[in-house]
Amino acid sequence: MRILASLSSFPLAAFLFLASAPAHAEDSVITIKKFMFNPTDVTVAAGTDVTWENQDGEPHTVVSLTGDFRSQALDEKDKFSHRFDQPGTYKYICSIHPKMVGIITVVAK
Amino acid sequence: MTDDFNPSRRGALQCLAFGGAGTLFTLSGGILTPIGLAQAATEKPAGLPLFLQISDTHIGFNKEANPDVAGTLKETTALVNAMKTRPALTIHTGDVTHLSRAAEFDLASQLMSDLRAGELHTVPGEHDITDGTGTEYFARFGKASDNRGYYSFDHQGVHFIGLVNVMQFKPGGLGVFGADQLAWLKDDLSARTSSTPIVVFAHMPMWTILESWGWGTGDSEEALSYLRRFGSVTILNGHIHQIVQKVEGNITFHTARSTAYPQPQAGMGDGPGPLVVPAGQLQHMLGITSIRVQRHHQLALTDTTLV
Repeated sequence: MRILASLSSFPLAAFLFLASAPAHAEDSVITIKKFMFNPTDVTVAAGTDVTWENQDGEPHTVVSLTGDFRSQALDEKDKFSHRFDQPGTYKYICSIHPKMVGIITVVAK
Repeated sequence: MTDDFNPSRRGALQCLAFGGAGTLFTLSGGILTPIGLAQAATEKPAGLPLFLQISDTHIGFNKEANPDVAGTLKETTALVNAMKTRPALTIHTGDVTHLSRAAEFDLASQLMSDLRAGELHTVPGEHDITDGTGTEYFARFGKASDNRGYYSFDHQGVHFIGLVNVMQFKPGGLGVFGADQLAWLKDDLSARTSSTPIVVFAHMPMWTILESWGWGTGDSEEALSYLRRFGSVTILNGHIHQIVQKVEGNITFHTARSTAYPQPQAGMGDGPGPLVVPAGQLQHMLGITSIRVQRHHQLALTDTTLV
């Protein structure tokens, strides 16, 4: 698992991360618990599969604000995965609880 | 309790949850008067029974807070079917299902078909449209609104308006009606006289109970500005699985209990999820609301729990 929370605010750290990144992207996992995406802010290399797992008894969704990805309603222990191939910033919410927001930042390999 | 009631106490009613079973609220000139059910039972109810509100059936939910939501909906049906007078129509204020799945809608429709409570009217909850477009919801309930979700109709002199506030969520935001629906609402109301009793039903509360939990509707003030000239406005919502009331001028706001599971009081805990209660308590926290037209176009709301 390779997740660096809030990386976008630390360019130097991002540089170091990229310098030491493995040749192939690894999977990244975001847990949904207590009505939060954790980590909320995730940076991954292009080509990474990001998986969300709901650990709440209440269902949640993962819905891109730009229409790039959308999960079904995830019941407890349900998972949703999406591969991020294009560098960019992807904001998403839970469409059932729109107070829940998250960001995936995809950087070039 | 009615003897010492006066308008100055209205402030105390705001955002106050009535957790007890069976309280009758009589609306008179915009002032809410709670009356104990024991007292109400000894008096012959005035006026005609009008309709029933059920909410948040959440068919498909199967967690600890209630592993058998189909069972409690059947109990709800039994409660309604045992009422002395058959309601003329039933309003479901959303979250028919838990996960918007076809099988959940099918089971919900089958269970609600046993209700002997008149024509069924619905608005969607956010759990009913998690695919973004509400395909399964509108396939079953879209006809009345020409697949918009919002619509109005008249019944026994009362103008009913169903609104949708769960389909245009924005990050961090509350429920939203949106410009198109608000324009439709303004037009719909413009043809009504101010003496027409109005009942508005929508899933999410139309006033802000707790913003951080999404318990409110961001552009509801615009909708309320169209409604204020009317002498009797009753707003029925669901979403929060408990009764919360507010009176503002001639507008009464009321949220209904769920038939599936309770939720915590505003701000108590991690978020607005299912509340696990001790064995034997569940049916005391689930129920329905019935609404009766009184003389002079007053509406009386009665909340009844399953036991």
